[in-house]
Amino acid sequence: MTEATNVSADPIARDWWAGIAEGRIGYEACTDCGAAQFYPRGHCTACGSAKVAMRTAAGTGTIFSITVVHRPPSAALQPFAPYAIALVDLDEGVRMMAHADPSLAIGARVRATVAPFGDRAVPRFVAAA
Amino acid sequence: MAFISGVGNTRYGKIDGSTTMSLAAAAAQAAMADAGLKPQDIDGLLTGYATTMPHIMLATVIAERLGVQPAYAHALQAGGATGVAMAMLAKILVDGGRCRAVLIVAAENRASGQSRDQAIQTLAQAGHPDYEVPYGATIPAYYGLLAARYMHQFGVTDEDLAELAVVMRRHAGRHPDAHLRTPITAAEVMASKPIALPLRLLDCCPVSDGGIAAIITREPTAAARVRIRGAGQAHLHQHISCARDWAAMGAKASADRAFADAGMRTADIDYLAVYDSFTITLAMLLEEIGFVRRAGAGEAARAGRFDVDGDLPLNTHGGLLSFGHCGVGGGLAHLVETQRQLAGRADGRQVKDATVGFVHGDGGVMSSHVSMVLERV
Ligand SMILES: [Zn+2]
Repeated sequence: MTEATNVSADPIARDWWAGIAEGRIGYEACTDCGAAQFYPRGHCTACGSAKVAMRTAAGTGTIFSITVVHRPPSAALQPFAPYAIALVDLDEGVRMMAHADPSLAIGARVRATVAPFGDRAVPRFVAAA
Repeated sequence: MAFISGVGNTRYGKIDGSTTMSLAAAAAQAAMADAGLKPQDIDGLLTGYATTMPHIMLATVIAERLGVQPAYAHALQAGGATGVAMAMLAKILVDGGRCRAVLIVAAENRASGQSRDQAIQTLAQAGHPDYEVPYGATIPAYYGLLAARYMHQFGVTDEDLAELAVVMRRHAGRHPDAHLRTPITAAEVMASKPIALPLRLLDCCPVSDGGIAAIITREPTAAARVRIRGAGQAHLHQHISCARDWAAMGAKASADRAFADAGMRTADIDYLAVYDSFTITLAMLLEEIGFVRRAGAGEAARAGRFDVDGDLPLNTHGGLLSFGHCGVGGGLAHLVETQRQLAGRADGRQVKDATVGFVHGDGGVMSSHVSMVLERV
């Protein structure tokens, strides 16, 4: 991986991306009300509790939506184009943005892999079967 | 009561040598002249933001440039909904007795003041910096995700979306200040180059330079008796990853508040001005608010319902898709065209007997909604 200069100053986000580099997709669960949430915030948006714990998702889910990007935001990302960005509903009940196999359709069952993109390794979902 | 007593704009497009300030000044001066007011008559000034001029006090920069010394002034930010939000706040200021004449102005040299890559990268920052932007997401990608799901869920086709782009371009052809005026066909839209599929180049609005302004007053001017009858807002999320219900993004919640405020309903509306950053934006807003049935925007366009002589004349200036998108001014143009229509001053685009207009702005990715009902009195 190149130097991750764009990785956030937010410690929760830094930990989350460190987990991705090791193949773990984190999400938060509230220890007071039990609500699961993504993205991680350090407090619960359902009940307001500050007691949230980072859990590791199984990495399986369903494609909620998917787009294939042909026009990246910068020349540095042009070599990766076209690439697919998806909204994935994880089996734990949270939705996240990630990369995906461009041939996937809405409703497809998927599992997470990790693939290099830009300045870091990103979660990339492929067909589950 | 709050009246839209004057409007003005520069042409939209690539205007070499333009700056955010020169465009703002030209538009504001045109609006003041239209209202018959001098800089000394303006006691409120609201503006938005400009990506090419990220100043911390844009409202007073503009006030000083114009020679206005307002009793109330600041900038506000609600993405593409900022224009309608400024008009809503101006109404509150005027109705509350704090101001007599509020200038709302939006301008940016978004096309010529930066490179295309810079513009795309700046705008992509509307996404979440940690959980969206790192995936190489862009504004078209966020709307591509919106489109793919909406089309899947409700059965909207590529052709339905293309028809909306065709209508906007046809309208722009009748407005001398529009950015894109060459007619297009649905086949051309569907064959244009892919940007963030299912969205293609002609499903996306252009990046433009432009300035536009309006003046909201407590008393009507003789030339234009157009009042703001009601307004409303809704803000359900910021990021597309956090949007939950593709059938209820906040557009209807916002519109319902505006209708309740105005004591009116969709059936009372005879001119429509609805935000159209992408073809999917326009389809979703029209359908969620309920002006057409779900997945019905394309068929309504094909049937001519959005034409100047149709029963739901829509964005007769050409909208963001063809009049152009210079940032905050892109969404304010919908309000200005509505004022011109209701005042009977839309020249070759004039809708017959337009009395009540509805304006809707959308910021972010269906994130911020502001709706307004205008009425000729
Ligand atoms: Zn909780």
